[in-house]
Amino acid sequence: MTAETTHLITPKRSGLRAGQLISRILMCVTGAVFLFPFVWMLATSLKPTNEVFASGTSFFASRLEWSNYTTAWTAIPFGRILVNSIFVAFVGALLTVTVSVLSAYAFSRFEFRGRAALFGAFLATMVLPQEVLIIPLYLMMQKLGMVNSYPALILPFAFGAFGTFLIRQFLLSLPPDYEEAATLDGASRLRTLVSVIVPLLRAPIAVVFVFAFIEYWGSFLWPLIVVNDADMATMPIGLQMFSGERGTDWGPLMAAVTLVAIPSLLIVVLLQKQLQQGVSMGGFGGR
Amino acid sequence: MLGFAIFIVIPLLTSLVISFFDWPLFGTPEFVGLENYRYMLTGDPAFWVSLRNTIIFAVFYTAVNLVVALGLSYWLMNLGGRWASFFRVLFFIPVVTPMIGNALIFRLMLNDDGVINQMLAAIGIEGPQWLNTPGWAMLSLVMMSLWQGMGYNIIVLGAGIAGINSSVLEASKIDGAGPIVRFFRVVFPMLSPTIFFCTIMTVIGAFKVFTQPYALTEGGPGNATNTIVLHLYRNGFSFDRLGLASALAWVLFVLVMLITAVQFSQQKRWVTYDS
Repeated sequence: MTAETTHLITPKRSGLRAGQLISRILMCVTGAVFLFPFVWMLATSLKPTNEVFASGTSFFASRLEWSNYTTAWTAIPFGRILVNSIFVAFVGALLTVTVSVLSAYAFSRFEFRGRAALFGAFLATMVLPQEVLIIPLYLMMQKLGMVNSYPALILPFAFGAFGTFLIRQFLLSLPPDYEEAATLDGASRLRTLVSVIVPLLRAPIAVVFVFAFIEYWGSFLWPLIVVNDADMATMPIGLQMFSGERGTDWGPLMAAVTLVAIPSLLIVVLLQKQLQQGVSMGGFGGR
Repeated sequence: MLGFAIFIVIPLLTSLVISFFDWPLFGTPEFVGLENYRYMLTGDPAFWVSLRNTIIFAVFYTAVNLVVALGLSYWLMNLGGRWASFFRVLFFIPVVTPMIGNALIFRLMLNDDGVINQMLAAIGIEGPQWLNTPGWAMLSLVMMSLWQGMGYNIIVLGAGIAGINSSVLEASKIDGAGPIVRFFRVVFPMLSPTIFFCTIMTVIGAFKVFTQPYALTEGGPGNATNTIVLHLYRNGFSFDRLGLASALAWVLFVLVMLITAVQFSQQKRWVTYDS
């Protein structure tokens, strides 16, 4: 009986294995095709500009033009723009986290009238296209004389609902015992929040931080509007500067695109867990 | 809370007010009532085109995105384990890299003499002028956006699939259901809330499309790939018509809210919540 069963199952098993193998190979091919644009970006970043199209489908031109990277660095105020981008993304993410923790705390620990309605309105803004707001926001910045400034780049987009929503979810599942203990020990509300709750929220805070960082890092429309001085530009605006009147200088441009993509790649590889968590809770709403 | 009011609620209402004015970037605004809306609907040559383009883009982008993302997620589920998580991350990469960079890479590849056409030439096909012919330009826009955005839905659907009770799948396997029947009878219904969520998010994202046409086709040729947000941006910041741009913003806002509301009201037809 046992022998017969094994006999019956074995052929099917190996059939499944072959299927699985083909399936895996096909998936590898799909993955390779999917990554092709990045491979091409890298290949082009090392081609002399006059050979970018002449070299056809070949990954390599007559020589490796490493100088594209130095050209990219000097063609635009690259260092300055990079510092701007890092600063804006970092401070923006920090501010987003602070705002999210505070408002999530208010929404989950304070009882006040209309709390549910207010939270509902708050959540509804997750589906509000920010593009709708850019004109009044620009006029506001103009009135305040903040066009071409860091606050203009950072402030308007630190108040989205996603972070608050995510952190509130975690706060609701956190028993209030710790806080009560801390309050009994005589700690103030703020003290309790900072030294008791925030450490417990490390995981969701990391998620919110990473998402905000990526949003600021890649943001295009708003910097395009509120910055018109190369010294205040962020990387996405910098990339745009490579298309001049003489046409596009593809070699250095792709070198710059590569440099800008590297931090994003690092984030994807190193912070997979945070990204996957955040995405399934509505982060990046419909990009 | 104050920030929320200052940077979201007030601008939203202000933009409605601005839409009733002839409002230049510099200088004095002048109240014109509904003139901006009248001009937009009857005088503006680009409004209806960009609205139509946005809708075409949204329909194709959302439909293909969901079908392909769902297919890939199901495939990855069957591969399982490390393979699934590795490829999920791989497909997610372009979601995280800056969109403008992604668009520029596609502009390079889809150039008349670009690598795509050279590959086609190698197998004897003469490729079209991807970015300079109306239909192909829209197709390019959709393709580039799919490449950019699909990974998002693959991750979300992957998380949804991971939540499906594996014993239910085993049971259906034992009952003799093949992979296709299993997909439509078991996986799809159990995944429908996640799919619903993805649809809502993808449609909203599609209506906001801006960077892709801006960098890939500049809305052209002509107005063939002009979209509402691109039209809004140009009116506001190139043509100095902030009032008209705000009217466009409100059209976008109302449209997105309406479509989302309709989707919610229709969800009973196909979304199953108890599992």
